[in-house]
Amino acid sequence: MSMQEARGQVVIMQPELGGTRGPSRRQLERVLSVGSPVALLAMWEGAAWLGKIDTRFFPAPSGIFQEFLTLLQGTELLRDVGVTLSRLAIGFLIGAIPGILIGLAVGLFGPVRAIVSPLVDAIFPIPKIAILPLFLMIFGLGETSKYAIVAVAVIFLVLINTASGVRNIDRIFLDVARNYNAGRMMVFWDIALPGALPSILTGLKLGMGIALVVIISAEFVGAQSGIGYMIWSSWQTLQVEKMYVGLMVISVVGFVAAMVLTLLERVLMPWKRGD
Amino acid sequence: MENTAAIMPRIVTPVGPCSAAHADWASGKSAALPAKIRMTNVQKRFSVRGRPVEALGGITVDIADHEFFTIVGPSGCGKTTLLRILAGLEGMTDGSIEISRELASEASAVRPINAMVFQEQSIFPWMTVRDNVALGLKARGLSKRSRYAAVEPHICKVGLEAFADALPHQLSGGMKQRVAIARALANDPEILLMDEPFSALDEQTKLILEEELLRIWEETRKTVVYVTHSIDEAIMISDRIMVMSARPGRIKDVIDVGALFPRPRNMDAVKASPRYGELFNRIWHELREEVFASRAGIQG
Ligand SMILES: Nc1ncnc2c1ncn2[C@@H]1O[C@H](COP(=O)(O)OP(=O)(O)O)[C@@H](O)[C@H]1O
Ligand SMILES: [Mg+2]
Repeated sequence: MSMQEARGQVVIMQPELGGTRGPSRRQLERVLSVGSPVALLAMWEGAAWLGKIDTRFFPAPSGIFQEFLTLLQGTELLRDVGVTLSRLAIGFLIGAIPGILIGLAVGLFGPVRAIVSPLVDAIFPIPKIAILPLFLMIFGLGETSKYAIVAVAVIFLVLINTASGVRNIDRIFLDVARNYNAGRMMVFWDIALPGALPSILTGLKLGMGIALVVIISAEFVGAQSGIGYMIWSSWQTLQVEKMYVGLMVISVVGFVAAMVLTLLERVLMPWKRGD
Repeated sequence: MENTAAIMPRIVTPVGPCSAAHADWASGKSAALPAKIRMTNVQKRFSVRGRPVEALGGITVDIADHEFFTIVGPSGCGKTTLLRILAGLEGMTDGSIEISRELASEASAVRPINAMVFQEQSIFPWMTVRDNVALGLKARGLSKRSRYAAVEPHICKVGLEAFADALPHQLSGGMKQRVAIARALANDPEILLMDEPFSALDEQTKLILEEELLRIWEETRKTVVYVTHSIDEAIMISDRIMVMSARPGRIKDVIDVGALFPRPRNMDAVKASPRYGELFNRIWHELREEVFASRAGIQG
């Protein structure tokens, strides 16, 4: 009997039927990741209604949403969001584009590296927001000082990441360029730039994170408009719900900015997609 | 890195077909043709963490125009280094290389001297097959339209016309190597340098590409300096085979395969010939000796 059993044992392998029968693991994970914030909001709402939390600090989400709708009726919120977005976008571009170009040159050319590296090493460690008073002094309270502080925050991260991206390009590619007599311009645009793109995008993402921190902090103290100003003035006037709307809006802005960069990554680097 | 100033190959441009430079070059086994590349006592010393590493111990050989010249040798004996020196990517420590250019005409003025097919994966992942193949022409400043027109036949020649707009990650290893070969051919160099171009491929793909390469070479008859670790491949495709010693690389033997197996060659006939076996054994024993010698050197 045991003989027969041993001989008769067959392992049956079947194709995975997960896709057709019931929710797959991925679908489950998607439900969970939508569910967790919803559950948190529900608990928060319930706790606020039951008086378990201090609504002076943690107003009910429904109240915040109500405030959001009210603010949407007026022009103030839209103006503040628009102002912050334009400061972010313009400052980001002013920082990112030279950051990429200088970073490529630093990565490619020894003399440029020798000139730029010590400057970057000296200035990069300064928390960028510490330069704000100086910029307010130089550029005044207007938009220019906001662009400048965002640009400075962005440029270093982009420059450093770009340069290290160039340095990490496979040596073979530079050998090929040399063997085929590629000129400097061609090495710069056709080899260094695309070769360093993964690092450049990392730099842009890190830069965007810092840019958000810097612009909101700058608007706390040095502006009469923008989401940062809105959050700060709500605190001063104890409009807690409005402050939460500000936090909500800035989190959406951050989320969308990250998404845009991820999208950019997919468009610019089709060879990194496994298809 | 190197402590001696790098010596680069000297490019000689003859003034006429019967120039004096050519006359006294007709020497050695390739007597019939003038030397395209003349290497004299080529040496290369690297310094690795301050200690000298002798990579090439003096190579003296003439490679004829239109010759398919193959180098075999134990790994680490300096084959890649020699090709890189020929390509101008590395300087030599001592010795000299003279490369005689084709007659200076308007056409040859823009023709590059060499193009190298590298041992490792070397096509650009961010360029389409077409742009990869057109690299050399772009470097020479040709307009997009004229370089695309010029590379088309080369893409077809390696059978990739359906993939001209594909990115390399969509290609198999064999196809990528075809792109690298097409890139080198499209640049129309006087000398083609190939460093174990098929070593990373599976056996079938390798056989097919060897045949293709031979077919393409028979059409163009470029001077080829080819490195391989496959004795079989070397016998099939070469005019002459240079066997190198273990590091520091020296010439151990130079075999005139062309005298044994005239072209055009039939692969099956070559393999069936008793001379094929003799030749294979000769090279194999020479290589084995070197591998053992280098092992003993490491232990001793
Ligand atoms: N850039 C380099 N720096 C130091 N040593 C090197 C360098 N390139 C090659 N070598 C050494 O030179 C020797 C020959 O290398 P290589 O030409 O690549 O051998 P092969 O191609 O015959 O396998 C090896 O010992 C290798 O370690
Ligand atoms: Mg090698």
